[in-house]
Amino acid sequence: MTPDIILILVVLTNLRLLGASRIGASVRTVAVQGILLGLLALLAHHGESSSSVWLVAVGGAVLKGVVFPWLLFRALRSAEVEREVEPFVGPIASLLAGVAALGVSLWLAQRLPLPEGAHSSVLVAVALFSILVGLFLIVARKKAISQVLGFLVMENGIYTFGVGLVRESPLLVELGVMLDVFVAVFVMGIALFHISREFDHIDTHELTTLKD
Amino acid sequence: MVLALILIPAVIGGGAFFVRNDLLRRVLLLAIAVTHAGLTVACWVWRPAATASGWLALDAAGLLFLSITSGLFLAATVYAVPYLRREHDRMTRDAVEGFLFSNAPEATFTGCLLLFLAAMTLVTVSQHVGLLWVAVEATTLASAPLIYFHRHHRSLEAAWKYLLICSVGIALALLGNFFLAVAAGSTPLVFSELAARSGQLNVPWLKAAFLLVLVGYGTKMGLAPLHTWLPDAHSESPSVISALLSGALLNCAFLGIIRTQQVCAAAGLGDFSRGLLVDFGLISMAVAAAFIVGQTDFKRMLAYSSVEHMGILALGVGLGGAGVFGAMLHAVNHSLTKAMLFLVAGNILGAYGTKSTANVRGVLRVLPVSGVLWVAGLLAITGSPPFGPFLSEFVILKAALDAGRTGVAVTYLALLAVIFIGMSTIMLRMAQGVSVRVEPRRESWTAVVPPAVLATVVLMLGVYLPGRLTQLLQETARLLGGM
Repeated sequence: MTPDIILILVVLTNLRLLGASRIGASVRTVAVQGILLGLLALLAHHGESSSSVWLVAVGGAVLKGVVFPWLLFRALRSAEVEREVEPFVGPIASLLAGVAALGVSLWLAQRLPLPEGAHSSVLVAVALFSILVGLFLIVARKKAISQVLGFLVMENGIYTFGVGLVRESPLLVELGVMLDVFVAVFVMGIALFHISREFDHIDTHELTTLKD
Repeated sequence: MVLALILIPAVIGGGAFFVRNDLLRRVLLLAIAVTHAGLTVACWVWRPAATASGWLALDAAGLLFLSITSGLFLAATVYAVPYLRREHDRMTRDAVEGFLFSNAPEATFTGCLLLFLAAMTLVTVSQHVGLLWVAVEATTLASAPLIYFHRHHRSLEAAWKYLLICSVGIALALLGNFFLAVAAGSTPLVFSELAARSGQLNVPWLKAAFLLVLVGYGTKMGLAPLHTWLPDAHSESPSVISALLSGALLNCAFLGIIRTQQVCAAAGLGDFSRGLLVDFGLISMAVAAAFIVGQTDFKRMLAYSSVEHMGILALGVGLGGAGVFGAMLHAVNHSLTKAMLFLVAGNILGAYGTKSTANVRGVLRVLPVSGVLWVAGLLAITGSPPFGPFLSEFVILKAALDAGRTGVAVTYLALLAVIFIGMSTIMLRMAQGVSVRVEPRRESWTAVVPPAVLATVVLMLGVYLPGRLTQLLQETARLLGGM
């Protein structure tokens, strides 16, 4: 399996997220994407499979593929929300926006000069695409949990970029980033619980009291 | 010593979640604040050597921001402990909508407060790009629960916005750091190394990296138009937390920007990066001015004033030359003044039970000490002599004129004037007059001594700059490519 196939699968998971109408399916798709990125991290460093590469790749995959979905499903159960995504932008329009974002990403990736050691600009394009899809999900979805998923997809995009292009990032920093993302999702999960208790649902359009 | 500064609050903070005895927890909080301040003072005398292969080092910029953070934390703790005792296990009436609400468990509050201190300390001593990012994100995560101390829907909304907007912003800064790593190639990602080997950096990637870092950390710092979380978080969190957010946290994000700017300047991208900082600075001041005039909530007014002053900091660094010195001095002045004003705002909120500027009258009579501090704070924050901010704002103005940027200087002065009129209209109306609803009362010393001490220091900085501080500011300015 080459890295390119994984990258294509990542693009497909992003498109599925844009078209999904159930929250459970979205959480599972993000989990699959996390595991794919763990594989990508292993393949990108082929030949030099040191223990730290394994630790980061496997740790990341377990965190994103198992721990986060568990945390989010738990928050979802305690919030007793309906399982619809309730988008501001419907699935068809979202998909169209996704295709446009993919085009923009490919164009941008062509324009940035490739650093040494990167074999293709596809990786940069996929990374940018994930970041754009994440931002889109944060803006275009009503439920707070969808915004958390958007944040995770965006983080995945940045991780893709880091895995593919950054030659040697120290283990300590990798672990620090992972810990931060974990705590972020944990704290967001707690906030989700409080939001559902306060408002009986987790629609963020209720969170619009504060303004000038 | 550097490790002790980080680990002591981190370990005790982690432990504080499980301490059931209220008294013990409060004593611990005070003890840590005093220890941390003591260690910081010791760092002025014996500058600690770099540890962890150069990743953790206290340079001039770090020491400056560490001192601000540590001093404010001590003042905030002295103010917070009696506040926690008062608020303990009690339902409070909401100041805006009148419903009753409870507070978060005090153990959570204390634990997060100490972890927040540890994270901010780590920001000031991080020399590694990645470690700095980890630390800045950690400050967000530790402070979000503090904003949601009062358990009601508005503080929850503020905390959620803060968490999400800042996390997304900081994620962009992480992408910027990866870009920086690509630009650096095989150079280790330590700021001083990057600046020293700036000739080998890949310029287009570095440019993109700076943009992303500026947007990312700029969100956290509250530069307009990325500031949207800031007024909400500052108005809904307890006043002592607002003081720390404005005085200490915003500076930490600023440190991330100026350290990256230092690399850009070394690589010959100084004009590009400084130009962006000037633009963001003026936009922030303009947006703040627009929202300060006619503001109806006095804590939001103070929050927008923070946006303004972050703009002034960015502007100062963007102008270069003496402006960098001015910006560093202004960071000190603004932090002390703004923290003091938020603490006084907490006293006013406690006495009047409202955040609405229209319902507060006669603070000078009802709370004599807080009233005087409120007026002094107004003069200081708007840059009136003889307070410290006057001096630093003047240095930045002079830097603009020296650089031949007359347009920038005129805009800067005009915006300062608008903000002066806007803030003094609101704050003087609150201070004067007679309150019909609230009786004059005695103020407890813990509620007025911390802001009074901060006010005295601000006044002193306007009249006399200690030699050691000047030396440190100059060293910082040189490090960041000014002077």
